[in-house]
Amino acid sequence: MPHRTFLAFILPSALAMLVFIAFPIVSVAIQSLYVEHPKVLVKVQSCTPFACTDDVQVDEAATADLKRKEPLGQFNGLSTYTDRAHLAFGEIGEILHQNAGFSDVVSRIYNLPFYRALVFTLAYTFVVTPLAMILGFAIALAINGVPAFVKGPVIFFSLLPMIITPLIGSLMVYWMINADGIIGASLQSLFNDPNLYLKASPTLTWIVIFIYGIWTNGPFSFVVFYAGLQMVPLDTLESAMIDGASRWERVRFVVIPSLMPLATFVALVQLMDNFRVFEPIVGFNSQGNATSLSYSIFSDLNGQFSQLFGSAAATSVLTIVGVVVLLVPVLIRTWRDFNRKLA
Amino acid sequence: MSDSLSVAYRRPPALAVLSNALVILWLVVAAFPFVWTVWGSFKVEGDFFSRQSFWDAVLGIKTMLQTGQAFTLDGYYGAWVVNQFWRSVINTAIVTVCVTVISLTFGTLGGYALARSGHRYSFWLLIAALVFRAMPHITLVSGYLLPFFQLNIWGLLPTAIIVLVAINQPFTLWMLHSFFLGIPKDLDESALIDGCSRFQAFRRVVIPVMWPGVITTGLFSFLLAYNDFAVTSMLLSQDNQTMVPKLASFLGSIEQTGKVMYAVAAVVSATVPLFILVMFFQRQIVSGLTAGAVKG
Repeated sequence: MPHRTFLAFILPSALAMLVFIAFPIVSVAIQSLYVEHPKVLVKVQSCTPFACTDDVQVDEAATADLKRKEPLGQFNGLSTYTDRAHLAFGEIGEILHQNAGFSDVVSRIYNLPFYRALVFTLAYTFVVTPLAMILGFAIALAINGVPAFVKGPVIFFSLLPMIITPLIGSLMVYWMINADGIIGASLQSLFNDPNLYLKASPTLTWIVIFIYGIWTNGPFSFVVFYAGLQMVPLDTLESAMIDGASRWERVRFVVIPSLMPLATFVALVQLMDNFRVFEPIVGFNSQGNATSLSYSIFSDLNGQFSQLFGSAAATSVLTIVGVVVLLVPVLIRTWRDFNRKLA
Repeated sequence: MSDSLSVAYRRPPALAVLSNALVILWLVVAAFPFVWTVWGSFKVEGDFFSRQSFWDAVLGIKTMLQTGQAFTLDGYYGAWVVNQFWRSVINTAIVTVCVTVISLTFGTLGGYALARSGHRYSFWLLIAALVFRAMPHITLVSGYLLPFFQLNIWGLLPTAIIVLVAINQPFTLWMLHSFFLGIPKDLDESALIDGCSRFQAFRRVVIPVMWPGVITTGLFSFLLAYNDFAVTSMLLSQDNQTMVPKLASFLGSIEQTGKVMYAVAAVVSATVPLFILVMFFQRQIVSGLTAGAVKG
């Protein structure tokens, strides 16, 4: 295909991605170097017939004017990245310098907002992804054996947790698991412990969100692995059997290796999606006990008094760095494959 | 397994029982939250959120006391009429239809070009798309807000639509690219030899055979637009809100007023289209999920 024709075909799509994906990344990077203008303060003298007092007031007009002239705010360099709400170099130095042992260091670093979000995001990504894949694989193996007429309905209901709007799915689970929902109330009466509820401890909140994550991620692995199982060569399975391989050995040495390429694909997609975990935090209203990088950007942008564009942008850039780090192994592999094809 | 009689797949009874139990357990886990929420949406709050026992919700004791019947439509009335949920339903319809149509138009053109061009840059474009696909949507949103405020286009439906189209492009391109690779090259090349231009070949030869792939991809574009929360909640003004951000704003206000059932009814209303979608397009969704996996 000549270059010109290629360009004509790809142009709408490439332009959309350039303007609304590539450009915002640049825009975020620039924004992260700026910080909101401080409010313009004026001294106002208010006099009563007896005495005059000096007051400091916010000059709304001048503040708005400044905002209009320089919408980005004032230049702040890399200070936003190193401040307490982000990488917190100062605080970390202090913690490392003066502490009462390892657990103290960990708990104090965990109390810094950025690291809190980072730890939960990574934990969610690396706990939910493998567990959901194992669940999906187990269901795929189990369903392979049921009669054909059952498979359709089973697949229908299995697709629901995956296809459901994440916010809606997490709300449904949240309502059930709440202290006055069916699961929460039943657990309370079962263990006879009125303090057993979702928000009682961070551990409980974490576990519940992880379970939600496995519930909504499992079906994707299931569908892909189920399709993969149909393509496992039957001859190999049967010859392994004749050679005396047990059922488990057949799964371990024939089925799993032939599903390996699929597993890499599923893991890649799930890692990317789980790293942006966001809606469950909103749905479970869990920002107190568990918060994610995406959620901290959202709450900066959704601030009650003012939107913290600089802070949100810095977190965004750090998140993008995280995504790229996650992607590097994949990119290197694709690059090698591509070069091998050329050679 | 079509050939489930094969010895390799025959199971001893104990294993068969175990695996059937797993299937049943999974079915319950997967379906129960939906069944329970739909059932509960026809009850009053005292029943659905009962501290005493879940039997309240099953039997509808307080619902009987308060409304005189075992089922009530109060939640739906509150959501649709009092809180004007229908407005966001219309907005969602506009956004999802536009996003799906535009994404597919851009995506088929681009995906076709990527599948037929042997040049090195098409590989790089696909890699760029892969990286873009991984970007968390909210990080992009924080890049949009200031420029959109400056241009005075924040809050409008078309803004959200074009943003969702762009966010959707990487996935659409990959999916349709691998689909077009499966359509034999000879088909459009013979049209080129017969004197068609590239575009004519695309329009007359490729478009008639591309519908299965386009429908599958379209389903996923629809789902992305329908399920989005990050973009629509940040980029749409109060009047233009779609269903999901509208729901989130319900949540903020119901804490004080005790109108949780409005949110439950809205949640169920927003789930119905997804139910219908899976019912009619189950096969396409499954084949779409696996196509990416098997080829990619």
